[in-house]
Amino acid sequence: MNNQYVAPAGFKKWSTGLMIVGLLTLILGIIFLNPLAGAHGDNLNSTRFWAVLLQNSIFFLMITNVATFFIVINTLAMSGWQEAFRRVTEAISSVVPIMGGIAMIIFLCLVLGHRGDIYLWLDKNAVAHDATLKGKQGFLNPWFYLIYSLLAIFLWSYWGKKLRDMSLKTDEAGTMDYEASKKWYRKTLGVSAYYAVFYIVTIGSLIPWLWLMSIDAHWFSTMYSWYTFASGFVSGIALLTLFVIYFKNRGQLEYVTNEHLQDLGKYMFAFSIFWTYLWFDQFMLQWYGNIPEETIYFKVRLQGPYEGLFYLNLILNFVAPILILMKRAAKRNYFIITFMCILIIFGHWVDFYQMVMPGTVRMHPHLSWYEIGIPLGFVGIIMWGVSRFASRVPMTPKNNPFIKESIIHFV
Amino acid sequence: MIKKFVVGSFEDEKDLFPAVKNVRRAGYKIHDVYTPFPIHGLDKAMGLRETSLHTAGFIFGITGTSIAVGGMGYIFTTDWPLNIGGKPHFPLPAFIPITFELTVLMSAVGMVYTFLWLCKMMPGVKKHHFNLRSTDDLMTMVIECTPNSNPLEIENFLKQNGAIEINTQDAEEGWWFGRYDKEQKLYRAEEVALEE
Repeated sequence: MNNQYVAPAGFKKWSTGLMIVGLLTLILGIIFLNPLAGAHGDNLNSTRFWAVLLQNSIFFLMITNVATFFIVINTLAMSGWQEAFRRVTEAISSVVPIMGGIAMIIFLCLVLGHRGDIYLWLDKNAVAHDATLKGKQGFLNPWFYLIYSLLAIFLWSYWGKKLRDMSLKTDEAGTMDYEASKKWYRKTLGVSAYYAVFYIVTIGSLIPWLWLMSIDAHWFSTMYSWYTFASGFVSGIALLTLFVIYFKNRGQLEYVTNEHLQDLGKYMFAFSIFWTYLWFDQFMLQWYGNIPEETIYFKVRLQGPYEGLFYLNLILNFVAPILILMKRAAKRNYFIITFMCILIIFGHWVDFYQMVMPGTVRMHPHLSWYEIGIPLGFVGIIMWGVSRFASRVPMTPKNNPFIKESIIHFV
Repeated sequence: MIKKFVVGSFEDEKDLFPAVKNVRRAGYKIHDVYTPFPIHGLDKAMGLRETSLHTAGFIFGITGTSIAVGGMGYIFTTDWPLNIGGKPHFPLPAFIPITFELTVLMSAVGMVYTFLWLCKMMPGVKKHHFNLRSTDDLMTMVIECTPNSNPLEIENFLKQNGAIEINTQDAEEGWWFGRYDKEQKLYRAEEVALEE
C-alpha cells in the first residue's frame, strides 16, 4: 500500500484559501477596527480586534499542543495502540511552533500597547488604586507574563520537535531488535517525562491563569486551569480524529481500523464528560457560596447578552456528546464521528469565546465577519502545517517497536 | 434438562480458533467454550450476539436519575419546603451531585447483578463442569448433541481439529441451587427412569 501522502490540489486550494481569508480579515480589521486606539476600553472596536485575536490564538495553540501531549502520555503509559496513526499526531504537533509564534506576537503587542482593556493589570493607573491588583502584582506583571509564556511556548515546541525527530529516526534505522527498541523507548521516555512535568506547571496551572483568567483580573478560580485543559484536550482529540479520518480516506494509514476509531471516540466521550465535571464544579461551588466577588463572573455570563451562549456551550459540549457518542455503533461510524469532531471543536471554540469576551468587550459581544474570518485563517494554517509535515514523511512508522501492538489492536 | 454433550479440550488458542470456525461451518451447535482467561475475538468467532448489558445499564442509570431528581424535587417543593440560604426551592445545581451519585450507584449495582444473571453466576448457583482443567490451562469446547447426531462422529471431527482430550458426557445444561453430589445423584435417578 502507498505509504507516502501527497497533498491533493483541492486540499492545498482550501488551506491557502482559508489562510487568505484569515489574512484579509486581519487586514480589514486593521483598517476598520482601529487596533492602536483605546487602550483603556473607550474604543469598543479596538478592544474587539485584540480580544478575538487573543481568543483564537490561544485556542488553536492549545488544541495543537494537545497532539504533543497525546504522544507523551502514550509513551509514558507504554501504550502502543496509537502507533498506527502516530504520524498524524506528529503532523499536528509540528504546527505548535507556528501557533506559538503567532500567540507570542499577540501577547507582545498587548503588553507593548499597554492594553488595559484586555488585561486590566496592564493599566498602571488602575493597579495603583486597586488593593487586589496590587497584591497580585508579583504574578500579574508584564515581565513574568512574557517570560513565562515564551518559556512555555519554546519548551513545548522544543520537546515536541525532539519527540518527532526520534520517531522519524526509526524509519531510517531499519527493524530494531529487542535491545535497540528498549534503548529507543528509554530515550523517548526521558523526553516525555520532562514534557509531562512541564505540562503540569504550564497548562495544568499557570498558563491558563496568565493568559485567560487574568482577563477578569479580580476574579479567581482554582479549577480554571483544569477546566481549560479539559476544554483544549477534548477538542485536540477531535482535531486528531478528524485528520485520522481524512488521511484514512486518502488511502493512507493502512493499519488504522474501526477499533482505533472507537478508541478515539471513547476519548472524546470520556473527556467531554470530564470537561463537564470540571465546568460544573467551578460553577456550582461559586453559585452555592454566593460571594459577590466570585459570582460576578457568572452573573455577566448568565444574565445579559451571553445567556444563550452559556446554555449553548453546555448543550454542544455535554448533552450532544453524551447522547450521540454513547453507543458503540456510533463510535465506529465515520460519518457520526466526523460530525461530532466538528461539533466538539466548534463547541469548545464557543467555550473559549465566552471565557474571553465578557471580560473584554463586556456587554457588546459581536459575532460577525471579523469573529468568523480570524478562526478560518487559523484553520487554514493548521491544514497547511499538517499536510506539509505529512507529505514529507512515511505515514506509517513501520519500524516503531510498538507497531505490532497497534496492528492487532482489538477493542 | 439433561442432554448429551461432546466435550473437546484444546491446549492453545491458535488451535481453538480454526476449530471453532470448522465446527460452526460443519453445522454442529456449540453449547459454550470455557477458557481459563478472556480471549479477544472469541465471541465474534463463536457468532455470539452483542450483549444487552449496556442497555440495562442505561435503564438503571436513568432510573437513578429520575428517583433522585423526582425525590428531591417532591420533598423540597411540595412535601416540606425549606428556605436554605435564600436559594430557590428547586435549586437544580445543588441537586446535581446527588443525582450523579444515585445514577452511578444504580447503574453500577444494577449492571453487576445483570451481568451475574446473564452469565448464570449468582452466588450459590451450581453448574455442571465439563472439564475441571478449563479453569487452569485448557480451553474446552462443548458441542450439544441433537437426537439425530452421532457422538462418535463429532468426537472424530474434534480429534481432526486438534483437540487433545475428548469425551461424551450426559449433563444438566442449566444451573441450579444446592449441592453438586446431591444433584449428580438426581441425574442418575432420572436417567434410569428414562431408560425404563
